[in-house]
Amino acid sequence: MILGRVLGNVVATQKNARYGEARIMLVQPVNPDGTPRGASVLALDSVDAGEGDLVIVVQEGWSASTASTGEAGAAIDSAIVGVVDFIENHS
Amino acid sequence: MQLARVKGNVVATIKNSTLQGRKLMVIQPLDGNLKASGKPLVAVDSVGAGAGELVFWCRGKEASFPFATSSPESREVPTDCTIIGIVDSEAHVKAIGATGGKA
Repeated sequence: MILGRVLGNVVATQKNARYGEARIMLVQPVNPDGTPRGASVLALDSVDAGEGDLVIVVQEGWSASTASTGEAGAAIDSAIVGVVDFIENHS
Repeated sequence: MQLARVKGNVVATIKNSTLQGRKLMVIQPLDGNLKASGKPLVAVDSVGAGAGELVFWCRGKEASFPFATSSPESREVPTDCTIIGIVDSEAHVKAIGATGGKA
């Protein structure tokens, strides 16, 4: 999984039917210190994450599909599976 | 999944039989600011996207799922990149992408 910051949601009327009502979120991957890293990605929301939230994103199809739609086999490669409360850094 | 711009069509007469009748497009992956991110890719279209449109695409094995059927003789479509949806509002993506995750 990766850490990311939710930028907002992207609306698409014409999309794969299996996406249903799940929200498609634009997420900026971040380092543990919160600095942006790489290009932003899209992930389906499974935890009611909101704009500005630091979240955990799983980037594997079976997990992403079951987490966000309740069923495997949808064309989903990425899902938000947690909202981070805080990170304890012991290094 | 990632945002992308549809750049054009790819025409290939000789292709795997399971790709017959499928629309192949060249897409340029984009970041949240709608700037190019990475190399252009060939994608199979599953939603009727056209050149110039802002779309999103799915990578990996999951890219073949939109073409799966329940028929036992059906074969999987060999793709690792499929256009899954068309973004309604480009202005909205620009607005939220501009924050860049620095909040």
